[in-house]
Amino acid sequence: MLRDITIGQHFPGNSPVHTMDPRVKILLTIAYIVMLFIGSNPLGLAISTVFLALLYGISKIPLKLIARSIKPILPIIAFTAVLNLFLLSGSGEPLFQWWIFRIYPESIEYTIIMAVRIICLIAGTSLLTYTTSPIVLTDAIERLLYPLSRLHLPVHELAMMMTIALRFIPTLIEETEKIMNAQKARGAQLDSGTLKQRVQALIPVLIPLFISAFRRADELAMAMECRCYHGGEGRTRLKQLRLRASDVVYGLICAVVFVLIGLSNLWFPSI
Amino acid sequence: MRRDGSVDGSLRAEKTDSRAFCPKQTGKGKNMNEMLRAQDVTFSYSHEQHKALDGLTTQVTRGEFVAVLGANGCGKSTLAKHFNAILLPSSGTVYIEDIPTTDEDRLLEMRQKVGMVFQNPDNQIVATVVEEDVAFALENLGVPPAEIRTRIDEAMKMAGIYKHREKAPHKLSGGQKQRVAIAGVIAMRPDCLILDEATAMLDPIGREKVMRTVKTLNRDYGITVVHITHYMEEAAMADRVIVMSEGHIAMEGAPKEVFSRVDEVKALHLDVPQSAELCHALTAAGLPMPDDIIGVDECAAALYKAITGKEAPVCPQP
Repeated sequence: MLRDITIGQHFPGNSPVHTMDPRVKILLTIAYIVMLFIGSNPLGLAISTVFLALLYGISKIPLKLIARSIKPILPIIAFTAVLNLFLLSGSGEPLFQWWIFRIYPESIEYTIIMAVRIICLIAGTSLLTYTTSPIVLTDAIERLLYPLSRLHLPVHELAMMMTIALRFIPTLIEETEKIMNAQKARGAQLDSGTLKQRVQALIPVLIPLFISAFRRADELAMAMECRCYHGGEGRTRLKQLRLRASDVVYGLICAVVFVLIGLSNLWFPSI
Repeated sequence: MRRDGSVDGSLRAEKTDSRAFCPKQTGKGKNMNEMLRAQDVTFSYSHEQHKALDGLTTQVTRGEFVAVLGANGCGKSTLAKHFNAILLPSSGTVYIEDIPTTDEDRLLEMRQKVGMVFQNPDNQIVATVVEEDVAFALENLGVPPAEIRTRIDEAMKMAGIYKHREKAPHKLSGGQKQRVAIAGVIAMRPDCLILDEATAMLDPIGREKVMRTVKTLNRDYGITVVHITHYMEEAAMADRVIVMSEGHIAMEGAPKEVFSRVDEVKALHLDVPQSAELCHALTAAGLPMPDDIIGVDECAAALYKAITGKEAPVCPQP
């Protein structure tokens, strides 16, 4: 289960999606999320899904990975689907009726749209983190937010914290598994018992995890200091961000697709 | 806080011509061969009475490979942290070349001169791609991007991890990760490298590769090395061994000199290299062996001589 969390894991490659300017990628991802909500009608979502599938194809990211990033949110999708299916009421005759449960054609449509929307949302944002190294990503965020540092917002510090958080996800996952195994070896029952017992059984996992994370933070801070880290002032970057012609072209292509998604509302009213 | 150009600019200019000893004109009559010097250094962590360092005086010469040994809690790591101004002495002074570590204005310069590698490779890697991590220090120093590229390529080749440059650090083995950490420090072109038990968490193969890298850096690039370790075999590779005990120096000298004093070393709760121990035991048991043996090969040769009475045939070095 823990191994399935892939957020923040980068899969290096050389596709146009990988090499695109991260700032453009971030803006496009945000636009994509917005369009998912604006164009949440069958046609709009179909375009969004095909577009995303195309991008995944271009970036050569294995299907297994997409499945892996969606797997942890399956319960959420299932939960919202069930709620939508039974709680929404439509105008016409219910298709199915039993006790207080009624299923209308509209609610089925809405449920499907909702599920597809969530999957696209996760898969779309995952594409960003799969194809962009976190350092580049935070660099891009830092640059996009740079105007805010005039307002004394600690933009560099925030970006640095994000980089480090992303960097430590795999390490901490590994560590959690180690601690869980260690506690299991001492007789802890993590997978059985009532909900309350299971939650309680997590405490002996979380406490060592937190302590070790603090210790890591301490050591990391020292190692960073040893490598002359002194805040964002006067820092340069190995990889400079320069907007190239290809970025503009790809950005425009995406923009056209987004406009199409938006226009789909003309044919199908958004739900 | 940053002094533009003065850190990397001047150092860069000075280093491109020669990696070897290059005298500086700033010395006030001091020995310019001196890399690090601790003068009567006392230090205690704020929350305890116990003195982690107790009136310690030592120096490290430029280009030297020094191993620091000592039981747990003897102050080895505390000393290491004094050598690049992570900790400042409670009393006494530590000099890096001729800069006292209390000189806050030259902090970056000192950190650049003395690079430090810690025990746990996971806790010192900042970035999620090897080459970006190696570039971290240079980015902090404000080195222009084009030059960062050439310097990290050079550093990664020196540490032998160039072919892994685009991998994620968590996909590498412990030894490889530690060499990434070393490359990240080497990229700063430090004069001195401090390894604070950098081999302690590695498997034997990883350890050997790290040690080979460090040895190369010391021999071929003239980088001074201070290696804190628990492994006597690693200490035997050094030019000089410092044995610490309770915050001061208990023994000091060439590895052969120190490790031939087996009983003294053992009294400090340390081991000697196995070859030295074997020779010591054989001598005690009535088979006289030379008392300055610390390597496996020389031990084998001496045993051959002791048993057959002839000089051992010279076997080719692996």
